[in-house]
Amino acid sequence: MAAGLWRFASPQVFYPLAGRMLPWFFGAAVMFALAGLYVGLLVAPTDFQQGDAYRIIFVHVPAAWMSMFIYLVMAFWCAVGLAMNTRLSFMMALALAPTGALMTCLALWTGSLWGKPTWGTWWVWDARLTSELILLFLYIGFLSLHAAIDDMRRADKAAAVLALVGVVNVPIIYFSVKWWNTLHQGASVSLTRAPSMAATMLSGMLLMALAAWMYSIAASLMRVRAIILEREAEADWVRALGDVPVPRASR
Amino acid sequence: MIWSSATEFFAMGGYAVYVWGSYGVAACLLAAELWLLARRRRTLLRRLGRNFTAPDRRP
Repeated sequence: MAAGLWRFASPQVFYPLAGRMLPWFFGAAVMFALAGLYVGLLVAPTDFQQGDAYRIIFVHVPAAWMSMFIYLVMAFWCAVGLAMNTRLSFMMALALAPTGALMTCLALWTGSLWGKPTWGTWWVWDARLTSELILLFLYIGFLSLHAAIDDMRRADKAAAVLALVGVVNVPIIYFSVKWWNTLHQGASVSLTRAPSMAATMLSGMLLMALAAWMYSIAASLMRVRAIILEREAEADWVRALGDVPVPRASR
Repeated sequence: MIWSSATEFFAMGGYAVYVWGSYGVAACLLAAELWLLARRRRTLLRRLGRNFTAPDRRP
């Protein structure tokens, strides 16, 4: 089993596999999003305290979860890459970063739009918001550092070290609402106690979270395929792919 | 269905700017990412196609 999985560490094997998985993840993302939007916007009742402003939750929470989770996965691939020197691990990390940054932007943007009607302000420097902003800077730092170093192997390793150092920020974001007195509310959903929200609200949020998962996987797979092609452009197997069109004139 | 009319739905109980501002920007950002990814692949394949058929690389 383990030996079988190692096969997929080869870009040549992973590239077509990722291509075959893509439509399934995109399809699942669309289905979950449609179901989640239906439940969240048309079925879930108006909140008795926040009115309909709370419906931002169906974008905000999935985006915030993904922003943290993608960072963890990215750091995991960086660690694997540094430890085992596998090419594909670094490509995976690099492919995840822009989608992670996008999710962080969305979490901050929707949070701001939610903060204005409920707290009366777009932004406060409280622990949750500040650590999430730092997460955005970590993603941007990772990508900029990688782009700034010409030698690909050195760029991979330097950015990986940065990602691993930054991973300490993720538990800080997650537990910030417990450790400090924040304006941001505590977790509505946790593993240790029953969720503090109505069943339809919760199911809408979970459906949207699943959609965000599927979308993130699909977008990252698309990007990793491009990165593989870019880096392996000279390899014979890329030539042998049916993917690359040959201009008519030179056939 | 909790809304009695489309107008009520789009008004979002007076929070339309905040709610639709969130959903709209989310949709735009995701669409932009997918568009950029598709464009990256198209340009890449075009470049590779040219490389493969450049005179010095022809078998």
